[in-house]
Amino acid sequence: MINSVTISYETEDIEMRQAYAQTLLKLAKQNRNIIALEADLMSAISTNKLQNQIPGQLINCGIMEANMMGVAAGLSITGKIPFLHTFAQFATRRAYDQLFVSGAYARLNLKILGSDSGVTAEHNGGTHMAFEDLGLMRLVPKAVVYEASDSTMLTYLLKKIAGEYGIHYIRTMRKAAVKLYEPDETFEEGKSKVLREGPDIALMASGIMVAEALKAADLLAEKGIHAAVIDMYSIKPVDHERIVEYARKTGAIVTAENHNAIGGLGSAVAEVLSEQAPVPLRRIGVKEQFGQVGKTEYLKEVYHLTAGDICRAACELMDGKKPI
Amino acid sequence: MRALIEDLEHFRDQIRLKTLQELNHLGFGHYGGSLSIVEALAVLYGEMLNIDPFNPRSEERDYFILSKGHGGPAYYATLALKGFFPEELLYTLNQNGTSLPSHPDRNLTPGVDMTTGSLGQGISAAVGAALSHQLSGRSNRTYCIVGDGELNEGQCWEAFQFAAHHKLNHLTVLVDDNKKQLDGLTKDIIDPIDFAEKFRAFGFYTVRADGSSVREIYTAIQDGKAQHSQPVAIILDTVKGQGVPYLEAKEDNHHIRPNAQDKKAILEAIADLESRLGGEVTV
Repeated sequence: MINSVTISYETEDIEMRQAYAQTLLKLAKQNRNIIALEADLMSAISTNKLQNQIPGQLINCGIMEANMMGVAAGLSITGKIPFLHTFAQFATRRAYDQLFVSGAYARLNLKILGSDSGVTAEHNGGTHMAFEDLGLMRLVPKAVVYEASDSTMLTYLLKKIAGEYGIHYIRTMRKAAVKLYEPDETFEEGKSKVLREGPDIALMASGIMVAEALKAADLLAEKGIHAAVIDMYSIKPVDHERIVEYARKTGAIVTAENHNAIGGLGSAVAEVLSEQAPVPLRRIGVKEQFGQVGKTEYLKEVYHLTAGDICRAACELMDGKKPI
Repeated sequence: MRALIEDLEHFRDQIRLKTLQELNHLGFGHYGGSLSIVEALAVLYGEMLNIDPFNPRSEERDYFILSKGHGGPAYYATLALKGFFPEELLYTLNQNGTSLPSHPDRNLTPGVDMTTGSLGQGISAAVGAALSHQLSGRSNRTYCIVGDGELNEGQCWEAFQFAAHHKLNHLTVLVDDNKKQLDGLTKDIIDPIDFAEKFRAFGFYTVRADGSSVREIYTAIQDGKAQHSQPVAIILDTVKGQGVPYLEAKEDNHHIRPNAQDKKAILEAIADLESRLGGEVTV
């Protein structure tokens, strides 16, 4: 376990999309059965540069996500390993029944990358801003659901799922993330990463909200509240043991996600707490709202997804906290 | 050729008989759209498909996907007659815990290549399988039956564009043009206007065939196999309830829960087929 790692909140040199394209290239060269599918968003995720390097392993399906999901299923029944990418709302909301029936219900092998997570869709606005994808994917039986928080994690997870059978969904932003991990870090299914220890309260976050939670911990420290910060990158299965452990250790939990407060990480943590270790909980997430255009930092303010929002929720909980 | 057609007609009768017995045992089901694909199944499984009931997942096999998954009962009758599983299993159709659900499931039934039933999706999987074989330089063929009502689904037309763009010439799509969907006539619900013209416009090598004639279906599939640059569409002129005049004439024949009169006609059709086949129902 990492104890109180020092994180400088610096943006990584490599963008998440570059990490995807570079990793996909390596994987495809190692395994001829890997077939990357795109739905006219190759240049958005940097795979357009791979066209000459992995001919026959990169197919642009055009703007037809439903068919892409079905083609992936057809590739899978013949033993291929399809890696599909499109924006998160197209991968889930738009092609959900195809993903559910042709992919998951048929017990096939699909690796799905949903990009432009939540507010990071920025100027594509409300039509393109998925705050629901984690919730939808959590409802798919046996699907494994991740939210990548930096390029080291994304790279690791892509290599990991390439060798595993089943439906895997990874949610990511496209641009550069805040650097959190050293290159030798490993990430297991159903686990989490403790980035900072603290006895008073636990902040459980995923994706871009991990960095916000770390900043919130700094703000709380100034008030004499020492918060643990945990990267809950495995949304499903969620790290039950860690949730119970920190519920018992700290007695209060705040979740933070760039997603609807219903259905995603906050719900997953609430389900575990209510059944196994009931402690006060606040969920930072989008509340009954649709997306809109704007820069990420602006949208974080609009939807109350900032370090300050996490800090406030934590202080409210601390005020009412009773020992369990 | 003549002997082959006689064999296929014999197999057709066996499939029709088993389908009727299977549905009659259950007491209700998708009679209309199961019976309309019997001839197509007879030609595919009687002659065209390279398959091995003892090695149903062989890499060398041809793939078949029943995109109109509600035709499952006829599909199961065909697979049982080919020896993929014991014929007795047909009498478990849709029973609790069965391996023969209403709509085909690749994980439950030997010989089923793809789980279907949510209309419009099987054709995309067929296209994916055909693409896979093309990318690997393999010669496996992929056949897919789609329903005429199913072609309401936009996803089908996405799949057809994709197949034509990638010149998936080892893909044969058979359209069961039985003129009806659940709520009535296709022309009254979403008028197909002209399937053949549509498929030609979408880049398919397109032929029409009498879907009640195994000879015409056989000839059309062979014709399609002979060309090398396009996927193939065969528009099968069929009727719901095909081969059982009483059921063909019945207006509401998509899903039937037989009344006494229906039941009598179905039992007569079963008796007719049994006598025609001389009590012999294995291949």
